[in-house]
Amino acid sequence: MSTLVIKDLHVAIDGKEILKGVNLTINTNEIHAVMGPNGTGKSTLASAIMGHPKYEVTSGSVELDGENVLEMEVDERAQAGLFLAMQYPSEITGVTNADFLRSAINARREEGDEISLMKFIRELDSKMEFLEMDVDMAQRYLNEGFSGGEKKRNEILQLMMLKPKFAILDEIDSGLDIDALKVVSKGINEMRGEGFGSLVITHYQRLLNYITPDHVHVMMQGRVVKSGGPELAQKLEAQGYDWIKDELGIEDETVGQEA
Amino acid sequence: MTVETKLALTEQDIRSFSEGKQEPSWMTDLRLKALGELETLPMPTPDKTKITNWNFTEFPTHTVESNVYTSLEELPEEVKALVNTEEQKNIYIQHNNTPAFVSLSEELKAKGVILTDIYTAIREHSDLVQKYFMTDGVKVNEHKLTALHAALLNGGVFVYVPKNVVVEEPVQVIYLHDNETASLFNHTLLVADENSSVTYVENYLSTVEKTNGQANIISEVIVKDNAKVTFGTVDVLAEGFTTYVNRRGVTSRDAVIEWALGMMNDSDTISENVTHLVGDNSEGHVKMVVVGRGKQKQNFTTKVIHWGKHTEGQILKHGVMKDEASSIFNGIGKIEFGATKSNAEQESRVLMLSEKARGDANPILLIDEDDVTAGHAASVGRVDPLQLYYLMSRGIPQKEAERLVIHGFLAPVVNELPIEGVKKQLTEVIERKVR
Repeated sequence: MSTLVIKDLHVAIDGKEILKGVNLTINTNEIHAVMGPNGTGKSTLASAIMGHPKYEVTSGSVELDGENVLEMEVDERAQAGLFLAMQYPSEITGVTNADFLRSAINARREEGDEISLMKFIRELDSKMEFLEMDVDMAQRYLNEGFSGGEKKRNEILQLMMLKPKFAILDEIDSGLDIDALKVVSKGINEMRGEGFGSLVITHYQRLLNYITPDHVHVMMQGRVVKSGGPELAQKLEAQGYDWIKDELGIEDETVGQEA
Repeated sequence: MTVETKLALTEQDIRSFSEGKQEPSWMTDLRLKALGELETLPMPTPDKTKITNWNFTEFPTHTVESNVYTSLEELPEEVKALVNTEEQKNIYIQHNNTPAFVSLSEELKAKGVILTDIYTAIREHSDLVQKYFMTDGVKVNEHKLTALHAALLNGGVFVYVPKNVVVEEPVQVIYLHDNETASLFNHTLLVADENSSVTYVENYLSTVEKTNGQANIISEVIVKDNAKVTFGTVDVLAEGFTTYVNRRGVTSRDAVIEWALGMMNDSDTISENVTHLVGDNSEGHVKMVVVGRGKQKQNFTTKVIHWGKHTEGQILKHGVMKDEASSIFNGIGKIEFGATKSNAEQESRVLMLSEKARGDANPILLIDEDDVTAGHAASVGRVDPLQLYYLMSRGIPQKEAERLVIHGFLAPVVNELPIEGVKKQLTEVIERKVR
C-alpha cells in the first residue's frame, strides 16, 4: 500500500495565498472526491502537488510513502508515482501523441530496457479502443486541435498507459457530454484497485454517479472544511453548499474571504 | 565602404579552365563577361545584416580533384546513410568539385529526362542550358556575388523534365564536401517543362569540421505551364565557409513550386530564396527550418513576388537559435500591380534557447495592387514553461521535454522533405545541433 499525505499545505500564486492549510491523506485502493464551488482552491491543490511552476508552496508538506514530494522536480514526482489529469492540457505541435507516450513510458525505464514498439502499439491500441478513441488520435499532434472531450479522454489514456500510484483528476468532467463522461469514468474505474488511489476534483456531483468515491471532502476558502463518505456528495447534490456555509458561518466561500 | 575584390584568378585562368572543360564559346564568354563586371558591381544588401566585413572572395584554390565512385556501395558511410542504395535510381553525386557518380533510370532516359553534371550539360545540351542558365532566374549581373558565381562556376547539376513527363521517384543530388581547401561554386539548374512534375532533393554535406573555402551556390528552378516541382534541401556546410546561397524559382501559368529548405549550416550564411510567380494562377510555397549555434551569423531572406493574377504565395519559416547564434529572418511578400486576386501569406517563428542567442523575424508586405489578400504572423520567443511542465508531469525529464518541443517546433517543415533518408538526416542534424 502507498500513501500520499498532505499536511497543512499553504500555497500562493503571485504572492497571493490561495491554500491556507490543506490536510488530506490518501491511500491506494481509495478514491477521494474533492468538491466545492468555484474559486475555493481545488485546482490549486492539484497543481501544487504536481509542481506547476506558477504555484509557490509557502509552508506545509506533501509526502508520498514518506518521501518529500515538494523537493522533487516535476518529472521526479511523476516517476515517483503521481499523475495529474489536467483541466487545460498543453497543445504541443509536431509531437505525436504516440511518440509522447512512448517517451513518457521509456522515461520510467532504464536505458536499454525501452518498451518494444510492438508491445507499445498493442497496449496503446487496446487502451484507445477501451476509451472509444479514433485510431488516428495516436498520430495526431499532442492535444493540438483536440476538442474538449478528446483532450479529457487523452488525459485518461495517458493515465491508463502510465499506471501511476496516485492520479489527481482536475475537473476531468468539465465540458463533457454524458457519453464522454461515461467513457472517462469507465477508464478511471478500470484503474481502480490495490495499487491505485485517486483524488477526483469536481464541482458536479454528476461524475460521482459513475465513480463512487470512498471519501468526499469539501473545500472552501482554501481549506478542507468538511469530510465524509459518499452520502456527503448526495447531500450536496440535493441541497447545494449553503447548508455547509451556514453550519460553519461562512458568507463567501471563495479564497481571500475570511470566515 | 566597398569590399575589395582581389581575385587570385585572372581572365586567362578562367579562359583556360573553361576550355579545359570543353565549354562552348557562349559559356566562356559568359564567364569572362561576369569576371569583367566583378569590380564594378555592388555587393548584395541583405536587410538587417551588415556583410561589408565578410570575406566572400578569398579562397585557397579554385578546384580540387577528388575520387569518383563506380557504385553507390563505395560511398562514404555518412553519404550512404542518405541514400537508399538499392532503390535510388535517379541520383547525382558530386565529390567536392568532381562529378563522382550519376544514375538515371532507363525509363526516364527513354522519356527524355536529363540528369547530368553541369559541365556535361553545358557541352551536350548546350542550347537547352544556354536558354535557361542565368536568364529567367538569377541574372549574372545582379550583384557581385552572382557575377563571381558565374565566372567561377565549378560544379553543379542539370535536371530537365520534358513536357508531360511525370517523374514518380525523387531525384536526389548530393554535394559531398570533405576537403578543407575546396570551394563550391555550384549551380543547380532544374527545368520542368509544361505539364511535367518532379521531386528533387539536394543535400550539401560537409564531413570535415572546419574549412576555409567559399560556398557560393545558386539553384535555379524553372517551372513551365501547369508543371509542379517539389524542391527539398538539407544544407550542412562546415564552419569556416562563407556561404552565399541563392535559390530562385520562376513559375509559368498554373505552375506550382514547393520548397522545403533545411538550413543546417555551421558556416556564416546569407541565404536568398526568391520565387517569381509570373504566370497566372501559379503557386509558390516555402517551408524553411533553421538551426543556428555557436557564434554563427545568418540571414535568411525569403521572398515571393506575385506578377500573375490569382497567384498564391506562402512562406513558413521556423528557426531555433542557441548559444550566441544570431539570425535575421526577412520574409517578403510582394504583389505587383496587376496581380489581382493574389494572396501573400507568411509566418515566421523563432525559438531561442539561450540568453545570448538572437533571432529577428522581419515580415514585409509590399503591395501595389488593391484587389488582393495578404497576411503575416511572426513571433520570437522561448520554450513555453507550461509545455515543459505538461511533458515533465508525465515523467519526461526536462532535457528530453525540451528536445520534444524543439523537434515539434521544427516538424512542420521536416515532415515535408520527400526522401526518407534525408528526412532522417535532417532530424539527426537537428538533434546534434540543439543538444
